[in-house]
Amino acid sequence: MTLHMPPILTYALRRLVQAIPVVILIMIGTFLLLKLAPGDTVDALVGDMGGADAAFIARLRAEYGLDQPIWVQLWRYMVKLASFDFGWSFVYEQPVATVLMDRLGTTLMLMAASLSIAFCAGIVLGAIAARRAYSATDNLISVLGLVFYATPSFFLSLMLMLVFSVKLGWLPVGGIKTIAAFYTGWDHVWDVVRHLIMPTTALSLIYLAFYLRLMRASVMEVADLDYVRTARAKGAREGRLMTHHIMRNALLPVVTLLGLQFSTVLGGSIVVETIFTLPGLGQLAYQSVVQRDMNTLMGIIFLCAIIVVVVNFLTDLLYARLDSRIELA
Amino acid sequence: MSAQARYRANTRPGEPEKMSLTIKQAGLTLAMTGALSSVAFSAQAQEEVQKGGTAVIHMISEQRILNPGLRASTGVYNITGKIMEPLIDKSYDGYEPVLATEWSSSDDGLAITVQLREGVNWHDGEPFTCDDVAFSAMELWKELLNYSSALQANLESVDCPTPHTAVFNYSKPMPLELFVAAMPDLGHPVPKHLFEGTDILKNEYNTAPVGTGPFKFVEYERGQYVLAEKNEDYWREGYPYLDRIVWRFIKDKSAAAAALEAGEVHESGFIGVSMADVARFGEDDRFDVGTQGYENNVAHSTVEFNHRNPILADLKVRQAMYHGLDIDYAIQTIMHGFAKPGRGPVPSAGGINYTDDVPTYAYDPELAKQMLDEAGYPVQDDGFRFHLKHRPAPWGEYTQLWAEYYAQAMKEIGIDVEILTNDAPGFLNGVYRDHDFDTANGWHQFRSDPAVSTMVWLRSGQPNGTPWTNQFGWKSDEIDQMIDDAASELDVEKRAEMYHVIQAKAMEELPVIFAIEHPFISVTSTKLRNHHNTPRWNSSSWYDLWLEQ
Repeated sequence: MTLHMPPILTYALRRLVQAIPVVILIMIGTFLLLKLAPGDTVDALVGDMGGADAAFIARLRAEYGLDQPIWVQLWRYMVKLASFDFGWSFVYEQPVATVLMDRLGTTLMLMAASLSIAFCAGIVLGAIAARRAYSATDNLISVLGLVFYATPSFFLSLMLMLVFSVKLGWLPVGGIKTIAAFYTGWDHVWDVVRHLIMPTTALSLIYLAFYLRLMRASVMEVADLDYVRTARAKGAREGRLMTHHIMRNALLPVVTLLGLQFSTVLGGSIVVETIFTLPGLGQLAYQSVVQRDMNTLMGIIFLCAIIVVVVNFLTDLLYARLDSRIELA
Repeated sequence: MSAQARYRANTRPGEPEKMSLTIKQAGLTLAMTGALSSVAFSAQAQEEVQKGGTAVIHMISEQRILNPGLRASTGVYNITGKIMEPLIDKSYDGYEPVLATEWSSSDDGLAITVQLREGVNWHDGEPFTCDDVAFSAMELWKELLNYSSALQANLESVDCPTPHTAVFNYSKPMPLELFVAAMPDLGHPVPKHLFEGTDILKNEYNTAPVGTGPFKFVEYERGQYVLAEKNEDYWREGYPYLDRIVWRFIKDKSAAAAALEAGEVHESGFIGVSMADVARFGEDDRFDVGTQGYENNVAHSTVEFNHRNPILADLKVRQAMYHGLDIDYAIQTIMHGFAKPGRGPVPSAGGINYTDDVPTYAYDPELAKQMLDEAGYPVQDDGFRFHLKHRPAPWGEYTQLWAEYYAQAMKEIGIDVEILTNDAPGFLNGVYRDHDFDTANGWHQFRSDPAVSTMVWLRSGQPNGTPWTNQFGWKSDEIDQMIDDAASELDVEKRAEMYHVIQAKAMEELPVIFAIEHPFISVTSTKLRNHHNTPRWNSSSWYDLWLEQ
């Protein structure tokens, strides 16, 4: 009996099968790479403690399995990972899965908000700049884009903090919520939103500049193509022309960039989360590297690999939706 | 007088009398600061205490283990000191009873008897008894607690003749002075009923502490904060004053400075903001900036030599290098005046065990050059006498700056120093395990008594890879013997004399240059009252801390 599956499911299954060896290779490579770095979790813990005697250090190392050869450690880790057991964080004294889940929400909120704002504002501003190319509006938008592109996120973060927290007192300096305020319901939501305004702004502006510049170039290119000229000659209104013919096709490279940049936004969030003390995966990744918290770091890498695979899959779907010439095969 | 070198006592803006004096005038000795504090705090005492409020404290590093019975670290005490209490604490008047009320030693020093406070309950309502102390001493302090496992190596048992009497039995004499000096840091009991029969290292109460202190643990949000609230059943009647304490983890020093300025944080201790911001806050009437409250946490910025390098094994070279360092310049430029020249392994806050009658090395680059010439290291064709690989510790902005100054100063006398920057594990392995360095620098804390802190810097025979110990390839049988003898000497005066000799020997032989002695610095909102009123304030219980609403 032949099993007939919808093309989308077949495509998804094939992508999943392709992703498995990729993720395994990423995990093995990362594990070995991290082991090349000097020191381990125990060194970092002892550094934090301000010292310890040799017996104490040896006991901790044996307790954490760090006294075993690297290949034994790797094998044990991969066997556990096969059943989605991420192990124990010796730094946070919790299961890695718990540590990751505690942080995932904040990072996803930050990334989703930043990328949404950057993407939406970028394509709108890019399209406006392209349609009014070489005008004062275009110049203004282009200069703004350059400024956003050239401003490092750590500098922008500190300047936002200085103006909106220290000088004006409008927004909280950091964190994800007001501690000991015990807000509930919409008050809690608003409290979280207030805490996310500056980090989101700091993280999104550089990506906004990417999308803006790419969209501007893409719209200008598509607007000169034959089918746009034909549509215009057939009497299509400018608004419809823009939304149905130009934007739809000009968006393709921008959507590609969106998928590719999902992982780099995660990298950018390390700086922003650290400055604004947001308890997200970026800050956790930084701390895990410093602390040599292998299990947590491997968990983050695994999660990121999965997120990137999923986002790229979704990007491909969106691609097919935007351009009917593209088939999911 | 420079603003940076100024210590301001804890007075409010607008108050008529504001005490200002240079750090040198203020001095770093316990007695002097104690006198200062009594003047400053007598002014505070006249104010009417306001109860309630939430104090928010900045912490630069997240403390994942919240059990001082398992982790001896000032970062851990900073939080848990309010939740879990030690047997004995330290005030400006000396050692004061907390969970212990009296202590005494047998004549032979083999038994120390501690009377425990009655009527004290753990936060879960169970009574605090000798069983808790005995369990903590034998299972945690002796076995698992860093620094303490060496201190309590000869502890054989703890007897409980009554529910509130603990007898510590040792196989070798334990000086009572050493025992008492160690207790504020290394004497925090844990509740036996929550730890017995569990895997102590993975016990859930290591991150959700249950203690007897003035504040009860509420929650620990990883990466964000720890929250504690008032213990309504605290054994000190009428205390604490605050409703809550929040410790916020802010890694970025600029962000921490912004939080202080925005009023979101009331105190940042252990030099939690950049030295430039320390100086700036010193000019701001909204903050008290000073070193008071850290007398028990004095640290040394060091230059550590790898004596396996034959050049550095030459005493004349080490002495020449010391002459090449302008310590006063470094104190003014790097530490903004909040420090003083080091005088060996015991700092001036070390009480009776400290002496300043030791050899010193005045800044004299010409003498340094002459000594290096005499040692057989003239300037070569490349313009240098020899080349050194230097590893700076990654803790603290001033540690990096001190490394940079050291390299510059050595260049002046013809020594090329290449700085190898590394993170914490890289530093610890590079210096203490692999010995892959010529010189290194870091800061290292003195903890009340030389026997439980800085003597490990000189004592040879430490297992390879043990951080902050003598891994420098330097060995002196004479000093080893003196260190061992002093650790079990029962006569306080005689013991102090032994440490004076060790200190002088260390300054003469220079296994390590204890270059700069510095307490830490706090920036504190003037809204906080009764702050920094003990020599280990950030580690203490803050039962009397209050907040202007």
